[in-house]
This record gives sequence, C-alpha cells and structure tokens, in this order.
Amino acid sequence: MSDNARKDTPEQAEFRQHCREWLAQNRPDEPSVRLPQTALEIMTNEQLSYLQDWQKAAYQAGLVGCDYPVAVGGGGRTDCQRVANEEMVAARTPYFPNIIGLGMAAPTVFYHGQEALKERLLPRLFSGEDIWCQGFSEPGAGSDLASVQTFAEKQGDKWVINGHKVWTSLAHFAEWMILLLRTDKSHKYDGLSYFVVPIRSALGKGVTVRPLIKITGETGFNEVIFEGLEVDDGFRLDELGKGWQVAMTTLLHERGAGELQTPRAGGMKSKSTHANNTPNLIELARSCQRDGRPAAADPLLRDRIMQQVICEQGLNHNQRRSRVPALLDHPMRLALQNKLLASEIAQDTAALALEIEGAAASLYMGDENAPAGGQWPLCYMNSYGMTIAAGTSEVQRNILGERVLGLPKSK
Amino acid sequence: MAQPDNFGFGEEAALLKESARKFFAERLPVDQLHALVAADPDPEKMSECGWKPELWQQMVDLGWSVLAVPEAAGGVGMPVVAMAGLAEELGRAAFPCPLLGTLNASYVLVACGAAGEPALAEIAEGRSATLAITNREGSWNAGDADVACEDGVLNGTAWFVQDARKVDRLLVSARSPAGLSLYWVAADAPGVTIRPDAIVDLTRDQAHVVFDQVEAQEVTSNGLAALNAAFPSIWTTLAADIVGAAEWQLQTTVEYVGARKQFDRPLGFFQAVKHPLVDVMVQIDQTKSLVYNAACAIDTEPERALQYAHMAKASASETAAFASGRSVQCHGGIGFTWECFLHLYFKRQKHSQMLWGDAAWHRARLAEILIGEVA
Repeated sequence: MSDNARKDTPEQAEFRQHCREWLAQNRPDEPSVRLPQTALEIMTNEQLSYLQDWQKAAYQAGLVGCDYPVAVGGGGRTDCQRVANEEMVAARTPYFPNIIGLGMAAPTVFYHGQEALKERLLPRLFSGEDIWCQGFSEPGAGSDLASVQTFAEKQGDKWVINGHKVWTSLAHFAEWMILLLRTDKSHKYDGLSYFVVPIRSALGKGVTVRPLIKITGETGFNEVIFEGLEVDDGFRLDELGKGWQVAMTTLLHERGAGELQTPRAGGMKSKSTHANNTPNLIELARSCQRDGRPAAADPLLRDRIMQQVICEQGLNHNQRRSRVPALLDHPMRLALQNKLLASEIAQDTAALALEIEGAAASLYMGDENAPAGGQWPLCYMNSYGMTIAAGTSEVQRNILGERVLGLPKSK
Repeated sequence: MAQPDNFGFGEEAALLKESARKFFAERLPVDQLHALVAADPDPEKMSECGWKPELWQQMVDLGWSVLAVPEAAGGVGMPVVAMAGLAEELGRAAFPCPLLGTLNASYVLVACGAAGEPALAEIAEGRSATLAITNREGSWNAGDADVACEDGVLNGTAWFVQDARKVDRLLVSARSPAGLSLYWVAADAPGVTIRPDAIVDLTRDQAHVVFDQVEAQEVTSNGLAALNAAFPSIWTTLAADIVGAAEWQLQTTVEYVGARKQFDRPLGFFQAVKHPLVDVMVQIDQTKSLVYNAACAIDTEPERALQYAHMAKASASETAAFASGRSVQCHGGIGFTWECFLHLYFKRQKHSQMLWGDAAWHRARLAEILIGEVA
C-alpha cells in the first residue's frame, strides 16, 4: 500500500482503486510527436489533439473535476481530485493541455458564475474540448494588474470590448478567455469587472490573436487585440465593479493557494519531456565530467546540489505542513509561499544544471551532442516564465510581507 | 514504512507545545532573561552562567525532562516530534536550562538498549545530564574522543560540553580497549573538573571537562552505534530550537520595522527591508517543515531518519545565520547595542548554527547518502 493510500477515507480508497484500474488499462502510449516541457508551450495541432484526447478520456473516466458538483459536470466527490492527481502522476501520464481552464477558469467560473453559465461551460472545460486562456496582463498593466485599460462599454443589452492583452498563453487554441477589464474609468479597483468571452468564434469579428515568440524560441503565448467585440451580459462573472475580487479567486488558485484542488496529470517519461528536479540533477552530475572525473565527485558541486535537494524537500513538506493547523502560524503563510518557492527552486536547479554541464551547456535542443537533449538550457530559460508570470517574485514578496507579516503596503 | 500525513503531531504534542510556550513566556519574559544573563557586558570576564534552577525544577516537576525516556524506564516515552515542538518553544524563549542536554543524553541512552536503563532511571528521577563526547578540534563524528578509559578509569578532556555547569550527570565517550565506550559519570565525581569556556552565547554555558583518574561506570562498549543512532534526534531537536528562536527574531524585527519611521514612512514600507524579512520567513518555514519531517521519520520511518535529519540541521544552520544577520541589520543602530534584546538570540543562534555540525558538514554527509562516493 502506498504512503498516501494508507490515510484514505472509504470514498477515497474506492476511488483510488478505480483510478488505478482505469489507468492500468488506459494510460496513453507515448505520442509520435515531440511534446514540449509544459502545456504552456504547445505549438502544433498534433500536439494539442494528442493531449486533448488524453484529457477527454480521463474526464470521462471521472479523473478530472472530481470535487465539483455533478450538476456542473463534476464528479460530486469529496477531496478526491488529490487522489486522482497522485495516481495519474504515479502512472506517468501525459499532462493536461487545458491547464489554464482547469487551474484558473474553472474555480473562478464556479465561485462567481451564474448556474446556467457553469452548466454550459464547465463540462467542456473539464473534458478539454474547450481550451481556455487568461486575459489579465496588458502592455501597461503587468505587476500593477489593477491598472488594466481594456474597456467594456454598455450598448443596449450588449457590452462592447476594446483593448489589448499580452502574454496570453494558449490563446491561439482557446475557445474561451477569462477577461479582467474596466467598466468604469474613474475608480481603479472598483472600476474593474470580470467576463468570460468567446475567442475562437470571434476571430476576425473583433478579436485578433497574434503569437509572440518566447526567449526559448518557442511560441505558446500571444497578444490578443479586442476591437469592438460584442458580448452578452450573461458572460459577466459576479457583479459589475467586482472584477478585482473575482481576479483574486483566479490568482489564488493560479498560485496553488485556492480552495479547489486543480486537476493535474503528468510524469510521463520520454525522450522529449524532462523534469526540472534534483534526481535529474544528480543523474546529470554523474554523467558530466569535470577535471577528469564525474562532476558528482566535485565537493563544491555536491554541496550545491544538496542545497537544491534540501530546498526541494522543504517545499514538499511545506505543502504537507500546510494541512496541519497546530504547526501553522498563519493560515495563508505556506500557501502564499508556494508559487514563489516552486519557481525560484526550479530556476536555481536549472541554473546549477548548466554549471554542471560546463562547456556543454552551450548546446541546445537541435544539437546531437547536447547533454539531456539540450533540455536544461530550455528549463533554465523557461524558469523565468515561472518567476515572472502570475505575479513576479517581487510581487509575491510584497504579498507575503503585507498579508502574512503585516508590514505596511508598498504602494 | 509510511509517515503519517500530520507528522504524527497529535493532540498531546500540540498541548505540550502550547503549555511550554505559555510557561516560558510567563516565567522568563525577554526583559527578565536579559537581566538574568546579560547583567555584565565585560567580554574579558568569564561568562556567568545565568539561569534559574528553580524554573528548571518546575520543568522537571512538569515531567518535561523525562518525556524522551521510555515508559519502561519510568519516563513518558513521547515521540521525537513532540520533543521538536517543545524545543521550538525553548528556542523561542532562548531559555537557559539543561533540557536539550538531558534530552540528548536520553536519546543516546535509549539507543543503548537495556544497558542504558539504569542511567535513564536516574533521569526519570529528575536528574539532568549532558553529553561529553566532543574532542578538542570539535569533530562531530561519533568516533572522535580525547578521553581514554583503561580498567574503568577515565583520563583526558571532553570539549564543547553544553550546559556543563547546570547538570547532575555526564554521558562521556572514551576510547577503550573494546572500542568507543560510553560512561555515566556524576558531574561532581572526584577527579572531574569542569572548566567553563568564555563563550559568546549568554543563554547557554559551555565547558571543557577534565577527567583525572575518574572511576566511571561503563554503559556500553558499543558507543559508536548508540551515538550514531541518537544523532538524528539530537540534530533535529536542536534544529527545532533554532526554528523557534528564528521566529522570535523575525517577529521582533517585523514589529520594529513597522514602528520605526524614516523618510516619513515605517521602514517596513521599503522593499529593501520588506523582502529580506520575507526571505527570512521563507527560510524559517523550510526549516520548520524539514524539522517535523525529520522528527516524524525518526518516529515512524527510521530508514530515512538519517538523511532527513541531515537536511533539517543543514537548513536550520542556514536559518540561524540568516535570521540573525537580518534581524540585527534591519534594526539599524539600536540592533547593534547591548541594551537591545536581539543580541541574546543572535548569539544563541550563532552557537546553534555550528553546534552538532554546520550546514556544509551536514550537506557533505547528505551527499554521501544521496550521491554516494564517486570515483
């Protein structure tokens, strides 16, 4: 019996058994196409449809949206998504493509949308048939998110939207967008409202999606331009002027600190995927040479690898301790550290990998001599996406300083 | 074996932690602690060993000194995870007493099996103890001792003995014809001379202990195994003390930078001050999670205890240094004075940082486990 299974409730135990049986039969084979490191870098329709097929199958088997009510397409279970996630990762499945839908849009729509909207949107979100993207950042609104200028004007019973969103991952595949915009120019926070808007069906009819090329050379994120897009008032989440509060629900879940557990799969080992973690770092150090012996024998590198191991373990046990109130000084203290720590640890781990590779760190994915297929330079560059997106590390430190330590606001 | 999700930190452990916190805060608030241990700033003078034996007696009466002693030997037999909670509160109060030494001796004696029971029974009766197992160079390896034993007579010196002036008994390691043996010696036995060290840390005392023809009772001739078995508990308990002390440093500094104004704003408004304090919090939380994980492993997953305890103490040593440095720096000029209470914690933490192995030492041992020897 695994560590986790030992503590299951009867419902979880039965569900875990179901997950195992289903995964043993239905875990997909490795795809013929090369997959990127995460869903945020999906570039081709082949990649997408392979991953969509997997998500749909997992949803139909009850492994996605387990803790949402049946009425909105969920499984109606209690604390079972965690179980499904554990089993999917243990079975080394592919990851889910609808990462923004599952992690951000679903909880936001669920907590703030009208019943009819939830029933319409959530089932196809869970199945991955509708890919979602997030319209938050703008050219003039990054860390200062509340200064977004995209504007919705009421014309009759419609809203007409004009504006410009950037860094919009998956917009080139998305049917829907969660959209933070302004309905009142005279109040910074209270002038914000929150909508879900159809993107794909409006391409060329008020919506333009243009790909941006990342530092890595991959695509995956975009700019999205709204020029007179008309949407119904029924696509508004929560009340007019409550956009900021709704956005907080999104961000809390994006940073892994929300109420609802995000469906998460992954772990498939293949030549084209590569986990940015310390077991791989140690493996790399064993295979790379430095001064005529394995890098793993170098005392300084050993010390630094252990620093990374310790940080990684600390993060894992933070997540465990966050569920033990007697060992928690403030309810949000660990939850709000999660994103900051995970992204900075990943960055430091990848940076150390490049140092271990030495001269060979110059070799990228297209080079047949690159260690680990050139994945570590890619990991390192992509790690800046993590320390910048969803609130930069600097913003995270402000939030922790102000909300947890109670220090004065830096604005 | 699997670890319980809550680290095995149950209701009893939570109650103990809570009552320890209250006890220390009520009996010896920081201003009284300062008056007790920091009355005389003259660095040329021998440290005073300020402590309140009557408060220690109250702790003994509450049963705290026998918590790690198994029930069979007259103790309570609480898990190490509960000791971590108690030690965290001890560190938060920077409380001077021989609790850690007595716990450490208990861990080693428990690892001696039946041979340790007579000595454990003395701890169960309320005796305090400490380890005298370190050589002059300060090696943290169990096999290194400057004391030798022949025909049941000890000669030599044990160094870096913690809280030596506060304890009733010494658990001494010595080279003997049988290997490294452990001996149980009364601190006031004939031939035992406790030579206090002049140390930076005002909340503890330390000594080198000279043994001159001391007749000693052997506990075990396999001291190496007993010490190595107890080290994970010793490191983890000290790491918990560091966590508590670091949390005090953090909260005290947060309070100060929230009140102190410069450039018409509280210092904590400025990100150059705010962000380092967040980093201290993050570092403390990493260590705290690693401490309870290590403690839980000692209790329930012994095959992983060694590596997890190395992680806990390595992380704790970094936390001790980092929280100390930032707390004084963010206080500015007042933090650099004797009158500000911060220095008590600063000094305790710098002591704890090195004690029983610093971060680099623990990481080197951890690498031997996780990477192994590489040709």
